[in-house]
Amino acid sequence: MAEALTPTIGLEVHLHLATRTKLFCPCAVEYDAPPNARVCPVCLGMPGVLPVLNERAVELAVRMALALGCTIPDLAKWDRKHYYYPDLPKNYQISQYDQPLGVGGFLEIPVEGGVKRIGIIRVHLEEDAGKLMHAEGGGNSSVVDLNRTGTPLLEIVSEPDMNSAEEVRAYSTALRQLAVYLGVGECNMQLGQMRFEPNISLRIGTGADGRPRYTPITEIKNLNSFRSVEHAVAFEIARHREECEADPKGYTLENLGKQTRGWMDDREVTFLQRSKEEAHDYRYFPEPDLVPFVPDRKWVEEVRASMPETPQKIRRRLIEEYGLSQYYAEVMMQDREVADFYPKVAVSFDKIMGREFGNKYVSDWPLARKGKVVGNWFNQDVQRAINERGIRPNDFRFTAEQLAELMVLVEKGTINRNTGTEVFNRMLETGKSAATIVEEESLAQTSDAGELERIVEQVIAANPGPADDFRGGKDKALGRLIGEAMKASGGKANPKVVRELLVRKLRG
Amino acid sequence: MQPLNLTACEMREAIGRGDLSAREATQSCLAAIERLEPKIHAFLALSPQDALRRAAEVDERRARGERMGLLAGIPTAVKDNFCTADGQATTCASRILEGWKAPYSAHVVERLLGEDAIVVGKTNLDEFAMGSSTENSAFGPTRNPWDLERVPGGSSGGSAAAVAARMVPLALGSDTGGSIRQPAALCGVVGLKPTYGRVSRYGLVAFASSLDQIGPLARTVGDAALLLQAVAGHDPRDSTSVPQAVPDYLATLEEPVEGLRIGVPKEFFGTGVDGEVERAVREALGVYERLGAKLTDVSLPRATEHAIAAYYLVATSEASSNLARYDGVHYGHRAGGYADMIDMYMLSRSEGFGDEVKRRIMLGTYALSAGYYDAYYKKAAKVRALIRQDYAAVFRQVDVVMGPTTPTAAFRLGEKTDDPLTMYLSDVYTVSCSLAAIAGLSVPCGFTRAGLPVGLQIIGDAFSEERLLRVARMYERETNWARRRPPVCEGKS
Repeated sequence: MAEALTPTIGLEVHLHLATRTKLFCPCAVEYDAPPNARVCPVCLGMPGVLPVLNERAVELAVRMALALGCTIPDLAKWDRKHYYYPDLPKNYQISQYDQPLGVGGFLEIPVEGGVKRIGIIRVHLEEDAGKLMHAEGGGNSSVVDLNRTGTPLLEIVSEPDMNSAEEVRAYSTALRQLAVYLGVGECNMQLGQMRFEPNISLRIGTGADGRPRYTPITEIKNLNSFRSVEHAVAFEIARHREECEADPKGYTLENLGKQTRGWMDDREVTFLQRSKEEAHDYRYFPEPDLVPFVPDRKWVEEVRASMPETPQKIRRRLIEEYGLSQYYAEVMMQDREVADFYPKVAVSFDKIMGREFGNKYVSDWPLARKGKVVGNWFNQDVQRAINERGIRPNDFRFTAEQLAELMVLVEKGTINRNTGTEVFNRMLETGKSAATIVEEESLAQTSDAGELERIVEQVIAANPGPADDFRGGKDKALGRLIGEAMKASGGKANPKVVRELLVRKLRG
Repeated sequence: MQPLNLTACEMREAIGRGDLSAREATQSCLAAIERLEPKIHAFLALSPQDALRRAAEVDERRARGERMGLLAGIPTAVKDNFCTADGQATTCASRILEGWKAPYSAHVVERLLGEDAIVVGKTNLDEFAMGSSTENSAFGPTRNPWDLERVPGGSSGGSAAAVAARMVPLALGSDTGGSIRQPAALCGVVGLKPTYGRVSRYGLVAFASSLDQIGPLARTVGDAALLLQAVAGHDPRDSTSVPQAVPDYLATLEEPVEGLRIGVPKEFFGTGVDGEVERAVREALGVYERLGAKLTDVSLPRATEHAIAAYYLVATSEASSNLARYDGVHYGHRAGGYADMIDMYMLSRSEGFGDEVKRRIMLGTYALSAGYYDAYYKKAAKVRALIRQDYAAVFRQVDVVMGPTTPTAAFRLGEKTDDPLTMYLSDVYTVSCSLAAIAGLSVPCGFTRAGLPVGLQIIGDAFSEERLLRVARMYERETNWARRRPPVCEGKS
């Protein structure tokens, strides 16, 4: 029976828009300011103040909605959502209830064997609340920081189109990538710039009336990492299965409705916050202090036309035009700067290789080979520069063309690939060209048969054990000998020539 | 020269000629306030020292030949629901804001100061502007200068009484369903509620945001025009203020409207209207006829009973939301001895708000609740749209609509406090104009036998303030109601 229970999951995602100022007042959006240092009478909800809409926030929201394929309705309005909490100074949040900025779109996510479309119900703008902090050591007072109050928050609500925790993660990742690439939001998880609220239910089967039946819907509040949303969803799916198996008749949506649960990050379990009976009545009504937003069609088309390239398009281009594998393409996509830098290097590589090898380059280097070689440099050396040194392509002290020149030096056999990595690091440090570094530090590899023969003989003499092993048929022993020879040459030996020499000497 | 008998326009001329100093004008107003305030209680806060200092500055600047503002040296009062950053509290006549000092001034207060007005104090009101008699003030009621046993109307009762008693020539009020026009009528002064969006609401403590509008109270139509001139206009801090040019109201004031067409809705002369009030209004209509205006019977079928019902749903719904912020957490009154957070909210609000405010918060909360929203708030919004249409249709036939501002003259203190519904009906002729977001004005049109003032209400289409003022001025020139002084000013009461 358990196999018949299909998880049905929808996701509400909140993300902070990358605006300089708040949604309804001129206060700066800043994450490291001292508590309550970025507030004014408007975001403090003082008597008599009025909100003034930040037009940049609307533009970014519309940009995201358009990228998700949403329709931008002729009129969007603002509504007040009421609840009492000390981090919400007005005790209502300005949001959008029944007429949001964008409706009906989709996002494609990678799944095994292709892509899947996740429907988007709506995209709307609202203001964030402040942060309430409870006294350490369990005192009975709390303090509140209202710097975050009024930060523009984009809410994106998906259809319940996801069927697994993995899909939820893929959707979350793709959404973040889209927002980051479009410049809509920075989506820094540590700063709480992206938060997730999944709705989970299992489809039990079909009822007597022919309509699908479900387990109660669980909404999990305020998850703020990919890991926690994925794990919380997985936990809930398992919990629903258990509940359902224990009480297949009773554990249904009709009986129990919707409940809200929280997530304990340290123990990796959910816990009940509110059942159906305790559901809030938010008393939404149209915000009388703001006029409805009536987008000018020409303006909407301008926003569409000026939209940065979406990650889907960039990814497709990396694969189709530059020969990257799906895996390598994903590696490049993880960082917008890398994804932008890659094509520049690949084009330079093409140009220089064409100059060096002419028609032979055209015939010997199909797209996939180029993608593999250039992609390898990015996957190894560029990634290492980012991860270990924190230097991203825009901070490189060399141009795309200069990096391509380094790659060509390896292809020409001037240096070997390992030396290439060394030269790359020197380029990062000095900004000098690869040729200059090779020249100055005498790094060109040696293919001189006379010198290499001398080195190979010394290595055989100094390593009788491995030499005998290889003679006796143990091919593995050759690696050790090549390594020793490379070491003896100071890394400059052409490993291909060394291998040939060793084989000839030992088995010839 | 006795400055108190001067209108603001006359005072302005006298100061301009050098016959009167701002200091003298301010001193005489402060003296009148000192004499009359114990009887009337029009003010919640007075700032005599600041006023005199500013008046002296105005005189010095004038002596240096500087260009002076429109209201240079004219003592002016503002209702205590306008934020003022002058060190005075902004209380809205509520315990919950007792002692709260705004760190900013309302747009209109900035405009007054920018035009060199002398702001002398903040006037009493019904708590959060909710009421029709100023009896809902947490700090005691204001009395009507024409009869101290009677109410001045409300909610801008303090402003109306202060102007009627000649304590100040000008005062600002706010009008949500009649809160400028009704007290103006009951106190025998001119009160204008401009079109929604004509004056910025920034810094006006909100009661019902889609209805609240700021306007002048003054003894004459010309003075009302002067004060409106000073405060009207677009303000980017209020998204609902309209970026439309402000006409020169004073320039055209004396031009009568040729071929004026007046609509007289039969609904404004229904069973509730007092005979003396009706007679005074009919006589005023007769004056217009003699001036060549054409009277036409029109119908505004939803402008009275339906409008009252719709108004008390829309206004209370918005109020329940606007007043949610008074919770004792960030500012204002916080109760002591609470057990937890919810308890703190409940105690602070229970102690801080008066009965009428609580009643309206409960009404509004109910009207917005799940399952009731469609039947109450949404239906009221539909009625509101219909009332707007009714007025639009009427304004295709006539230039203005006229009728009584209130069904009766001023009632006695305590007369209606136990019967909220009767109290709500004080606004029966004023709310439809607020719901339609158009302009309305009350001008004195006589007195009852008991010597209580009666107001004629003139309603015009959106942004018709210039015409309304001219129409009111046509009538004012033919009469001398504004010259009559309340007995309290003569030392009798």
